Amino acid sequence: MTAQPRSLFEKVWDAHVVATRPDGQALLAIDRHFLHEGSFHAFGMIDHAGRKVRRPELTFAVADHYVPSHSRSRPIADPEIANMVTMLEANAGRHGLRHFGLHDPAQGIVHVLAPEQGLTLPGLTIVCGDSHTSTHGAFGALAFGIGATEVSHVLATQTLWQRRPKTMRITVDGVLGPHVTAKDLILAVIAAIGADGAAGHVIEYAGSAIRALSMEGRLTVCNMSIEAGARAGMIAPDDTTFSWIEGRPFAPKGDLFGRAVEHWRTLPSDPDAVFDREVTLDAADIAPAVTWGTSPETAVPVTAVVPDPASEADPVRAGQMRKMLDYMGLTPGVALEEVTIDRVFIGSCTNARLEDLRAAAAVLRGRRAAVPGLVVPGSVPVRMLAEAEGLHRVFIDAGLEWGEPGCSMCVGINGDLVPAGERCASTTNRNFPGRQGPNARTHLMSPAMAAAAAATGKLTDVRKLGVS
Amino acid sequence: MEPFVTLTAPAVPLDIANIDTDQLLPARFLKKPRSAGYGNFLFHDERKPGFPLDDPAYAGARILVSDRNFGCGSSREGAVYALVDGGFRCVVAPSFGDIFAANAAKNGLLTVTLPEETVALLRRQLQATPGTAVTVDLPAQSLTGPDGRVLSFAIDPFKKDCLVEGLDDVALTLRQQGAIDAFDREDVVRRPWVVPAEV
Repeated sequence: MTAQPRSLFEKVWDAHVVATRPDGQALLAIDRHFLHEGSFHAFGMIDHAGRKVRRPELTFAVADHYVPSHSRSRPIADPEIANMVTMLEANAGRHGLRHFGLHDPAQGIVHVLAPEQGLTLPGLTIVCGDSHTSTHGAFGALAFGIGATEVSHVLATQTLWQRRPKTMRITVDGVLGPHVTAKDLILAVIAAIGADGAAGHVIEYAGSAIRALSMEGRLTVCNMSIEAGARAGMIAPDDTTFSWIEGRPFAPKGDLFGRAVEHWRTLPSDPDAVFDREVTLDAADIAPAVTWGTSPETAVPVTAVVPDPASEADPVRAGQMRKMLDYMGLTPGVALEEVTIDRVFIGSCTNARLEDLRAAAAVLRGRRAAVPGLVVPGSVPVRMLAEAEGLHRVFIDAGLEWGEPGCSMCVGINGDLVPAGERCASTTNRNFPGRQGPNARTHLMSPAMAAAAAATGKLTDVRKLGVS
Repeated sequence: MEPFVTLTAPAVPLDIANIDTDQLLPARFLKKPRSAGYGNFLFHDERKPGFPLDDPAYAGARILVSDRNFGCGSSREGAVYALVDGGFRCVVAPSFGDIFAANAAKNGLLTVTLPEETVALLRRQLQATPGTAVTVDLPAQSLTGPDGRVLSFAIDPFKKDCLVEGLDDVALTLRQQGAIDAFDREDVVRRPWVVPAEV
């Protein structure tokens, strides 16, 4: 008798079930728990109950959400923001956790830092009080965001009660065109299935266009799984994954690495694995994308025009479109390439890795930005590698600011805000109302597209700039 | 956690899809201590003239009836604190952000999922007769709308038990201590690379 074929997700899930209840809930063992400054509620909960951190050696604290993008030689001016950074350090210290603080040479956005340090590995269960924890699924880990009460539960027990999610496979075959990136691919997926299209599901991304992506590209794709409502996104580990991990500081070494790889090779979905839902996209149909509204599901090719609510039959939907267009200050029927922007932001856990900065610099090399902008690398190591290649000079010479690593203008809580009414071309993951600041208008796009918008001062099809 | 059994209260309709947790609680309030009370931050930047939550006709609403993908986006539990501190005990929508729904259950906020057309009809009824009470009976898994029609809803049995009994699930998990210890002992043999070497 042969075993039931299983998917990547099912293999990782099954290997972590500690106990099950008759009602179907499973108690899952957690292999990695990442914390950022927002974890103070959860520390308050375990302290209040007099509980300890069960597995400090699997728990890592990273300062990223509130850290300043500008000089780090001076103390943080805003006392409330400074308190968030010092509170994380104090909580980590009290519970004996490894803390990547403001001045750590590995510091960065947790979803950039953990893969870079070799903390993210295939087959692990990974949680963090941040919805973009889905990023780590790029390695074939089961990784998802949780809230403060669940963070306190993981701190105390290193487990989490979960109902087994449904599975969805998204297959993208073919070859992406020139200047069409992982960001355009995931925006096309979200536009196709909707912002709640994968609710209750774990996505596995498959197909030749996914296999061809670098680890950076895979991280971008899995990062935005949450913007399609998915519990998590995963990509089967392969040689691209293993060679990326080998030699990183926290990764297994020597014989142990060999044993780990042997195990990781058993993780990809079996050929006959069955998914609750299958979606397919053709890579050749994907164009450089921008969003026009206040949900990532409003991604369209940059060559499109602003849609018209009058063509929407459902009056509630039409009203919601009008509300988005009103917030975004856009007129139906206008070509998106005619829309002028006020600033650019290149950064975030979606697009602040070396490959992203190289793509943006390739567009801006020898050009001046028509608008102000901020470039924030994802981590100190990314910043150093970019500087070694001279990428920072390209951005500075173009007139953009070169920042210190952190979440920065993606969420705006360190003080980096898009001023009210301004329109920002942004490589981030959310264009929600007020996300980058009260009444800020966000258009999501790839680093190359944001650089193109910086160069022209308008939403621009990067393919028309003659960049090789 | 305050148990949730039954609730009869006015409901406020909100005709907006994809209400994200940044709208429910703008990020700049995330650094506030829980003791500050999050009620005043609820929908802080959406409070423009005509916003239904400020309409006196819906005063005292404890149930929110919205559109699909309610609570999408960030995992911030503060979005739930803002609703709870703002007086809400129940949100009705065609679909919810997964993390929001999990956070809600941990804080005694019931999320009721009903078909899109049913929720749209409820919103229209509440707009036609503002201030009408809606009754939610969790043990019976039913919601009685403004027209007196009784609607059944599905809910995860574990979530239902936790809400009805106001359970702290860490206490529940600690009953599994033996199983967790056994798992850890076996896993370190099975996957010795999981615990990172000291760096």
